[in-house]
Amino acid sequence: MSVLQLHNVSKNFGAIRALNDVNLTLEPGEVLGLMGDNGAGKSTLVKIMAGNFPPSSGQIILEEGPVVFHKPVEARQKGIEIVYQDLALCNNLTAAANVFLGRELKTGFGPFRILDFKAMYDRSAELFNELKSETRPRDVVRRMSGGQRQAVAIARTRLSNSKVVLLDEPTAAISVRQVAEVLDLIRRLRDQGVAVVLISHRMPDVFAVCDRVFVMRRGNKVAEKPISQSSPEEVTGLITGAIHAA
Amino acid sequence: MPPDTAAPISSAISDVVGIKERTALQRLFSNQAIWVALAVALIMGLMSLRYPEQYGTLENFYNITRNFSFIGIMALGMTAVIITGGIDLSVGSVMGVVGIVVGLIMHAGEPWWWAVLAGLGTGVLCGLFNGILITRIGLSPFVTTLGTLSIARSAAVLLSQNKMIYQFGPWADQFFDIFGGQYIVANSVWLLIIMTLAFAFVLNTSAWGRHLFAIGGNEQAAQLTGVPVVRVKMQAYIFCSLCAAIAAIMLLGWQGSAINALGTGYELRVIASTVIGGTNLIGGEGGAFGAFVGAALIEVIRNGLILAGVDSNYQGIFVGGFIILAVLLERVRGRKRE
Ligand SMILES: Nc1ncnc2c1ncn2[C@@H]1O[C@H](COP(=O)(O)OP(=O)(O)OP(=O)(O)O)[C@@H](O)[C@H]1O
Ligand SMILES: [Mg+2]
Repeated sequence: MSVLQLHNVSKNFGAIRALNDVNLTLEPGEVLGLMGDNGAGKSTLVKIMAGNFPPSSGQIILEEGPVVFHKPVEARQKGIEIVYQDLALCNNLTAAANVFLGRELKTGFGPFRILDFKAMYDRSAELFNELKSETRPRDVVRRMSGGQRQAVAIARTRLSNSKVVLLDEPTAAISVRQVAEVLDLIRRLRDQGVAVVLISHRMPDVFAVCDRVFVMRRGNKVAEKPISQSSPEEVTGLITGAIHAA
Repeated sequence: MPPDTAAPISSAISDVVGIKERTALQRLFSNQAIWVALAVALIMGLMSLRYPEQYGTLENFYNITRNFSFIGIMALGMTAVIITGGIDLSVGSVMGVVGIVVGLIMHAGEPWWWAVLAGLGTGVLCGLFNGILITRIGLSPFVTTLGTLSIARSAAVLLSQNKMIYQFGPWADQFFDIFGGQYIVANSVWLLIIMTLAFAFVLNTSAWGRHLFAIGGNEQAAQLTGVPVVRVKMQAYIFCSLCAAIAAIMLLGWQGSAINALGTGYELRVIASTVIGGTNLIGGEGGAFGAFVGAALIEVIRNGLILAGVDSNYQGIFVGGFIILAVLLERVRGRKRE
């Protein structure tokens, strides 16, 4: 039983056809590597799954049946979490405030509910610890390094028990050590039965953690196969168009 | 369990202490509102030494505080809007139309509470009008509220039939007692103090307050993470107009008459107060205390110039100069932060 399916999904931005009849199946506990050249439509594809915008045509099908997302919160309520390529952080807020943005913890009774600062700081500290990140919950994001920002964005996806985690280039701006941590995190998610989509331009990462690879070129799916039956050379060829399809 | 937790806890404590020490100092020096408060105290101190007869009196204190209370109340609302990265140029005109509405209803002999409710309702409607155009239709706050500035002023002139309203009917005494009265300082000053404390509390401890900052910091990110951006922004504009309505009612209670020119040009002083108090025009930064002391600084300087015998026509130059200075200061602070 797949947790998420895309059925003939297309997306037009005006005259640009960013996605062209894409089909995709995601099983629980698998890591799918989504690869393709700049502008191939990878971000567009995951944004559709995350409810950023609806497909121009085609369907999103969850375990319970077809769904239509009007906004990201609705996808999140169905257990789909995303780390955006640009991270979507508020630079003027603290790490903890960003982690809990839109789902703040509160304390008090009745209408007199105020932010539960301690609970949010503590939980964020836990999450950063899990990610082996040096991020401090009270630091303002503006003053953070690229890796710390990435940790904040990833920590968000761990607030609830998600079924699908979509990572749009989560290792683009971070150090070797932190890449290893993120890959470890992906493995842990997989072991908990979470389905992960990893967008990356880094071949070694994809071959290290992914079970399957999904290659796109100019809005089209050109390959979807187990990683064990592919090779970096083949994937490179598929991305550039040297190999037509596989 | 204990051996496991020992290490993280101790490191967490040193973390926390380290950060606390840094921010305590940083806060003190980077908080514009505190500098402005110091400037206000300094000017008041110097003036009382220089003019002990006229300045250092309770009566002058009463006058100064009353004079800035109206601007201060409006600056609180403006702070909410500016934190989201918006602006509201219509507050002075909203004040005008609310003053006329309240005056007309009092004049018709209705009880003061109806007049006040209608005045507050008019404020809410103005805010709703701004908010809908800005959040639903996506017009720029600057242009939208510039339009409302003109519309509301016209409405005030039309409603008043260009006459001054000074006969406030049978409920006038009670109205003037409540809204124009005093206890040591003017009632409007007490209201400003209460509203500043309440707004500071809401800004710092509620999810709504945090969402205002989030929208000002990165509206798109706020939207994506599930902050109800449209609703929060709408509420900010309504709150801003409501503050203008409250200030109008308090001003009416003190002046005892309503003219359709009430509040003309106040938008400049309100925005100046907000910015001088450290609220960043780009959005994402600001506070209630800043609005209070920003309004106080402008009034203290204005009052001081008058006492020192400077031509009152110089006021505009000083207010304008201070806005520019405050924005420059923000630039410098911004650079240091990067
Ligand atoms: N909101 C939008 N409006 C208009 N065009 C868009 C929009 N988002 C994406 N596109 C276009 O759709 C195409 C696919 O973009 P997308 O961001 O999905 O690529 P990508 O595979 O993620 O690339 P990259 O590796 O650079 O992140 C591009 O041609 C892009 O210009
Ligand atoms: Mg992309």
